[in-house]
Amino acid sequence: MNKPIRRVSIFCLVLILALLLRTNWVQGVQADAWASNTHNERNEYDRYAYPRGNIIVGGNPVTKSDFVNGLRYKYKRAWIDGPMYAPVTGYSSQAYKTSQLENLEDGILSGTDSRLFFRNTLDMLTGKQKQGGDVVTTINPKAQKAAFDGLGDKKGAAVALDPKTGAILALVSTPSYDPSTFAGGDPATDGKAWTALQNDPNKPMLNRALRETYPPGSTFKLVTATTAFENGMFQGPDDKTSTPDPYVLPGTKTELKNDSDTEPCQDATLRVAMEYSCNTVYGKIGADLGKDKLRAEAEKFGFNNDKIDTPIRAVPSYFPKNSTPDGTAMDAIGQHDTRATPLQMAMVASAIANNGTLMQPYLVDEERAANLTTISKHTEHQFSQPMKPETAQKLQQLMESVVQDGTGKKAQIDGVTVGGKTGTAQHGQDNSGLPFAWFVSYAKGAGGQQVAVAVVVEDGAASSNEISGGSIAAPIAKSVMQAVLSK
Amino acid sequence: MSTFDLSSSHSDSGRRSGDPRGRSGIRPRRRENTTITPQGTPNRRNTELAMLAFAVVLPIFAYANVGLAMDKKLPGGMLAYGAGMGTLALVAHLAMRRFAPYADPLLLPLGTLLNGLGLVMIWRLDKAGKLLRGNFPAAANQLMWSGLGIALFIGVIVLLKDHRILQRYTYISMAVALVLLAAPAFFPSRAEDFGAKIWIRFGSFSFQPGEFAKIILTVFFSGYLMVKRDALALASRRFMGLYLPRGRDLGPIIVVWLLSILILVFETDLGTSFLFFGLFVVMLYVATERTSWIVFGLLMSIGGAAVVATSEPHVKTRIDAWLDPMAAFAPKPPPGSTEQIGQTLMAFGSGGVTGSGLGQGRSWLIQFAAKSDFILGSFGEELGLTGMMAIFLLYALLVQRGLRTAVAARDPFGKLLAVGLSSAFALQVFVVAGGVTGLIPLTGMTMPFLAQGGSSVVANWALIALLLKISDSARRPSAEPTQATPS
Repeated sequence: MNKPIRRVSIFCLVLILALLLRTNWVQGVQADAWASNTHNERNEYDRYAYPRGNIIVGGNPVTKSDFVNGLRYKYKRAWIDGPMYAPVTGYSSQAYKTSQLENLEDGILSGTDSRLFFRNTLDMLTGKQKQGGDVVTTINPKAQKAAFDGLGDKKGAAVALDPKTGAILALVSTPSYDPSTFAGGDPATDGKAWTALQNDPNKPMLNRALRETYPPGSTFKLVTATTAFENGMFQGPDDKTSTPDPYVLPGTKTELKNDSDTEPCQDATLRVAMEYSCNTVYGKIGADLGKDKLRAEAEKFGFNNDKIDTPIRAVPSYFPKNSTPDGTAMDAIGQHDTRATPLQMAMVASAIANNGTLMQPYLVDEERAANLTTISKHTEHQFSQPMKPETAQKLQQLMESVVQDGTGKKAQIDGVTVGGKTGTAQHGQDNSGLPFAWFVSYAKGAGGQQVAVAVVVEDGAASSNEISGGSIAAPIAKSVMQAVLSK
Repeated sequence: MSTFDLSSSHSDSGRRSGDPRGRSGIRPRRRENTTITPQGTPNRRNTELAMLAFAVVLPIFAYANVGLAMDKKLPGGMLAYGAGMGTLALVAHLAMRRFAPYADPLLLPLGTLLNGLGLVMIWRLDKAGKLLRGNFPAAANQLMWSGLGIALFIGVIVLLKDHRILQRYTYISMAVALVLLAAPAFFPSRAEDFGAKIWIRFGSFSFQPGEFAKIILTVFFSGYLMVKRDALALASRRFMGLYLPRGRDLGPIIVVWLLSILILVFETDLGTSFLFFGLFVVMLYVATERTSWIVFGLLMSIGGAAVVATSEPHVKTRIDAWLDPMAAFAPKPPPGSTEQIGQTLMAFGSGGVTGSGLGQGRSWLIQFAAKSDFILGSFGEELGLTGMMAIFLLYALLVQRGLRTAVAARDPFGKLLAVGLSSAFALQVFVVAGGVTGLIPLTGMTMPFLAQGGSSVVANWALIALLLKISDSARRPSAEPTQATPS
């Protein structure tokens, strides 16, 4: 009987061997896949098992980790000035995951990034508590506060860029939300806060600065003027145009008018037309240039690009590929199908201020480990060259005239060169909605300090008068520019 | 009594003082025919004692580890637990010294170690508290059952003079086994039993008869096959290279086959069904030394499984869950699906190679049956791949010592009983661990010694005791020459 017993014994060993192989497969080969499975709640608990790294603004953290020592979670995320910085930080909630920088930089913040492996191992061996790394942003706290206070309880967004580097100095969206209200702790109150935010018709959790597009209105005339110069249609800001007033849109009987009949828009120079924001002049230039040239230029500025990552990805701004000539005339003044994010319009101003070079906008300057050693640092690089430096000079003259003599007077700052462009964008069915008030500008301080700003206020204008952009959005832009330059 | 000897590799029965062949390392070819010198045979009880000390101390360290990890202090009950386990093991050992002095030295320490580790893990999961749904302290209960198990173990060691006495109860065993197997079908199953009817309940007391039926049925098979094996092996017709049994010899086999299918259908217990049929095929093969029985058995089990799998929704659910363990996490999980398998796989993956450390995992996420059927998931997460391999090797060692006992046994009944008990144990380990690790579809059985469950731990201690009795009689030096058994 011993021969079959030995065979049974081999069979039993094979069974155990199969188990050994299987457990090696599951815990060795497949381990990482199972560990990082989206349904593996351990990752959620781990994120709050030790202090999470901080998001730094102007040298100070705007986030913190509260030790709550809960049943499942040891720590809870909290924010300083949460609503003001929410469009930058996003949220990190025990029940509702993470968003924006809290999401994109989660590897650093939670300390699981592979670049922290060596440090983590060292800490584990020395028995030090694991801690996440920090993320240093480019935000200028004064500019952020100026924009946030300026927008106040209005609905809108503001973006400020450093034209020379592309650093995002301010990123504000209102109405905002406090991520602390649903960060964790009591599931009932968290759930209530979360549901209320989700159902709020004002969409407080929408990052309007990056994730919402608006018709840019007259601010788009900057792109149209750039296209005209770049294509040699005009040589200088004071070239006269031949524009009827009103202008009949090509192929239609629709008359395109200006804000008032008293404005000197007939055959106006580019400068005067920019100062008064003549729809007729720039509409006609657009129609004359044609959709393809306009689109090509707009795309150099970043329109139709779905990969503008700051690293928070901006939704693509839009300039249509196909349009009728009359549509193109309207697209050229930022109506019809054209749409832009506030970031996009800030990029337009930034390229003009930086003599035609558009720098890649960025929000994260540095990632560093808990012991402050740098893990990565942003290297400034060019996004595109939308125009020649000479063209940029001409555009600067146009924008500075708008602030000196035109619709943007409210943005004047003593001793500082300011260029700007107002916009009042119609929207809604038959343009029935209250217009969006825009102001896009740049300022150059005495010390070579520069800043480019775009501000949009939704439903802000009481009338469709062009001055709305100047009166509502320009003061906000001005305070942001002052905040940056006063440093 | 010889001194403690670590080199036990070929010391089983070949190494005897006064036997030069044993000393020179040459194994006697037919051990069961070796003439045995009565005096000075090493009985290996000191080896057992040393290993038993290790088997008691290791779980105490594990216990301390859990306390330090979870409460930052040594658990209060550590001494009591250590003293309890130590006393139980010592009493068992003393009983062995007196009543089974020549038995295998490894089986008792292996059982003690596995039982101790299981107790620690159950206690650790008790400490998960509210995190584990429906958690109630089970460690004390399990310790009590372990005590009862060791009491039964001692009872068998002391009271069962010779394992051959069991031969007299062949047909009574059959009747008892049938009653035990059939009984759960007449008791209502509870919702949390997940469809399996494997319990007998009297009020709060519940009893899993399958665990005892496993042993009693093995006794029956051994007795029956010992009598019938010649008829089964020799009175057969040769057909296509296979020896086919006569119709009347086939009867009992058909009965067992039908029984296993009935268990499957009425008690929806895939595991027990597989275990009994596999056990019978193995024993039939060992008894008759006819490979044709294996072919025959495999065909019958495949046929039966195919029929039942297509007709029984419960079995199909299990197979679907095996093929796609994450289906239960879908927004609309298939009916009857459970997250357990996916949760267990994620526990294994999160444990990885080295594991999270005792008390530092989150295997309570497995929730239902975390302490019983799925306890391996906790071991996998907290001890990692290394711990799992060690546990599987402990089981392999236990099974191989049992099969070695079968080889060494001098009587065919003892051989059959030892091979049956060992392979039943191996099959059970394979079915449970294979199911939990996702190697095969999950079946409702408990991991011997590790898992929470009174019936299981008591029955497995009885199983170890029987193996030790056979081992003792196999290695006991006897004055009268033993009858040679055909191998």
